[in-house]
Amino acid sequence: MRHLSVAVTLGGIVLVAGCASGGARTTAAGGPTPVPPAAPSPTAAARDTAREGGIGPQYPSTYRRHPNPVVLIRNATIMTAAGQEIQGGSILLRDGRIVSVGTGAQVQAPADAVVVDGTGKWVTPGVIDVHSHLGVYAAPGTFAESDGNEATQPVTAEVWAEHSFWPQDPQIPLAIAGGVTTIQALPGSANLIGGRSAILKLIPARSVQEMKFPGAHYGLKMACGENPKRVYGQRSGPSTRMGNMAGYRAAFIQAEAYRRRWDKWNKDHQGDQPERNLRNETLAEVLRGNIYVQNHCYRADEMMQMLDLAHEFGFKIRAFHHAVEAYKIADALAREGTAAAVWADWWGFKEEAMDGIHENAALLQQSGARADIHSDDPGGIQRLNQEAAKAMYYGRRAGIPITRDQALRWFTANAAWVLGLDSIVGTLEPGKMADVVVWSADPLSVYAQAVQVYNDGWLVYDRTDPAHQPKTDFTLGQGQP
Amino acid sequence: MIAFLLAQTIAITGGTVYPVSGPKLENATVLIRDGRIAAVGTSVAVPNGATRIDATGKVVTPGLIDGAGQMGLREIQMVQGTNEYTERGNDVAAAFNVLEGINPASVLIAVSRAEGVTMTLAVPGSLGVPPSSSLIWGQAALIDLDGATIDAMRVKSPAAMVAGFNEATKDAGGGSRAGVAARLRRVFDDALEYARRRNDFNRAQMQPLSAGAADLEALLPVLRGQLPMIVVANRRSDIETALRIGKEYKLHLILAGTAEGWTIPNEIAAAGVPVLVEPLDNIPSYDALGIRYENAALLAKGGVKVALMETATENTRDLRQQAGNAVANGMTWDQALRAVTLTPAEVFGVADRYGSLEIGKVANVVVWSGDPFEFSTGVEHVFIRGKEIPLRSRQTELFERYRTLPPRY
Repeated sequence: MRHLSVAVTLGGIVLVAGCASGGARTTAAGGPTPVPPAAPSPTAAARDTAREGGIGPQYPSTYRRHPNPVVLIRNATIMTAAGQEIQGGSILLRDGRIVSVGTGAQVQAPADAVVVDGTGKWVTPGVIDVHSHLGVYAAPGTFAESDGNEATQPVTAEVWAEHSFWPQDPQIPLAIAGGVTTIQALPGSANLIGGRSAILKLIPARSVQEMKFPGAHYGLKMACGENPKRVYGQRSGPSTRMGNMAGYRAAFIQAEAYRRRWDKWNKDHQGDQPERNLRNETLAEVLRGNIYVQNHCYRADEMMQMLDLAHEFGFKIRAFHHAVEAYKIADALAREGTAAAVWADWWGFKEEAMDGIHENAALLQQSGARADIHSDDPGGIQRLNQEAAKAMYYGRRAGIPITRDQALRWFTANAAWVLGLDSIVGTLEPGKMADVVVWSADPLSVYAQAVQVYNDGWLVYDRTDPAHQPKTDFTLGQGQP
Repeated sequence: MIAFLLAQTIAITGGTVYPVSGPKLENATVLIRDGRIAAVGTSVAVPNGATRIDATGKVVTPGLIDGAGQMGLREIQMVQGTNEYTERGNDVAAAFNVLEGINPASVLIAVSRAEGVTMTLAVPGSLGVPPSSSLIWGQAALIDLDGATIDAMRVKSPAAMVAGFNEATKDAGGGSRAGVAARLRRVFDDALEYARRRNDFNRAQMQPLSAGAADLEALLPVLRGQLPMIVVANRRSDIETALRIGKEYKLHLILAGTAEGWTIPNEIAAAGVPVLVEPLDNIPSYDALGIRYENAALLAKGGVKVALMETATENTRDLRQQAGNAVANGMTWDQALRAVTLTPAEVFGVADRYGSLEIGKVANVVVWSGDPFEFSTGVEHVFIRGKEIPLRSRQTELFERYRTLPPRY
């Protein structure tokens, strides 16, 4: 069942949930896995945000790694998302890092390590969803929790998803139980420019600041097509796709002038500091390459228009989201280095989704474009492994030889790249953050379930141990009639 | 053409056959003749001239049956002109039968059957997005997913009356669940009164009734227990109210949604009421705070007759993923297969013709490359009423056009 992905109608106004955003440290498209960086820290995060256009620290991450023992998972099938599938493998986690991965003898554990018997089980990197509305369209889904679309004007680059995010959303523990360790929480797709995304560690927390991925750059949610037209067509506009384009262009023209003013002042400090403008501040960061554009866009022809828009203003579109027609322009996406975050099989619920096909991700992979499987849905986020499996097997049946490692990367390593975090998470390699899922069976099987989920080394979920099954405040005392 | 179809004999040989009505058969043959199943077993003689389908190493099952959706009634959810499932402005739409709104040319049909779904219940109203808010939604029709005309697709119509008893339908009761229950009883009482006093009604010698004559008339088969009534209810108290009203009026009740049914499986089983559930639904709302993945399994374990549904009509094909997840969350594999074949056929009263691979039944048959619930499995052959269905759809044509770029226009 699809929930709020399409539209929530409230008092005659259609509020549209929707699409995506981006992150920080990144590598060249298709390049080798980089050298692991130093552990990200709140200090690093503060440094990153302090950099923004000469403005001081803003809403810094207060994330702290949860203390946890050394963990050795042994004798499991380890899918690294870095090319290897190791039978009878072991993986050692210490201080939030992956220390070593390999066959038994290659992985030495200290005497005090917690040993997890992985016999008959599979291990993968933590699942990353680049397109979620958890926390901003929280359950139980009333108007009170509908905080995803600032549908008051078509350009709201000034709003930040983190300022809507509710850490007590009862959908969060459900996603954790599906193996998810990192999400991009996005504003919806009602607006041409919907605002900043939040890149979050998916952990129990009292505030969104405690969840903010240290060092992650923000994403900017943009939306093409039907949704902005529908929401604003009877209001201030835009009411057409050409109106949509004019709206983006007008916003970036203003932002470019703003960026020049601030960049000059930051360099020479001559005269008064220019006045801050929240909308332009965010868009200027896009123009500087510090915020990634995450663009809800379904149709191939519109994605080509958006690539032209990006060329006009000199920014990159990090990923098209939904992108049900990405397969029609897979060659162009490969050339541009723009990823496509897609569903395995959603299609047909609106006109711009009519041309969705099962082979979308596989055809992207075949063309050398970077494919990602995303959810945009509180149900789908719980089984991104299943969706990727579907997309892989449909591709194979159509004669496109997708490997298991490639399919795994669609919801781990490639997703990390979309967020600019591919040097930190997304694979099981020494030095990477210890975001790890233990599965009951092959994760590309419909019968597999996450048994254990480690986030930065913290055992945040254990299917067999109620002490490691987090509940939000909302759930306490509820639902047990 | 008719003579050709009648003469069609097809032998599916060598497969692992799940008749559902009995234990699985290895290296078995399913013989189809004149649209019906002519034989099933391990020692079936294949007649000369039969078309042979080698299913060695494959799995053969009955065609899957989706417990509820809007196939043919909802082409594009967001395009109002393509939606046919609601009689607007009438919240006791008992006389509204969806059948003639079904579009046999819907592109969803070819997409769905190519994935092994051969029959669906086309329901008025909506169990999914957006949920229906009226009291009585209308009459559902059971259709095979093949046929150029509505008549050719029709299996049973009406198959059931559909009503809502949940948070979304509260407006039909003046804003409270108690109001919905009271209104439902009043409509039922009025229908019975109408049946007793048709002459008085025609002479306008009765107090105004709570629904139009056609709608009251349409409820009479329900009140005689001849036509099942599907009640969409999720909260435990709503399920219990539906059971209570069902008992009061001696209805042939079917529950749909039933998200908190897992808390009272024995109660539902004791009432002899089957359920239509969607296993992959666990997002809490105030209508169902106790919703959980294990619902289907716990209901089945408690002795409830469980059929499955995928309510996103364009992805009716994901019914098998629903079934696989029901298994992952505790249903047995055999229960899950039954829940998408023979059980829904029983629930909708067509098990004499559909739902299993037995002699004389309509030949809706699927040959799979493996376990039907697994992603690694593909559909190899689909037969509906004994006719092999090409596994083509708008989507396969799009794929062929764009599999190499630039496309061939």
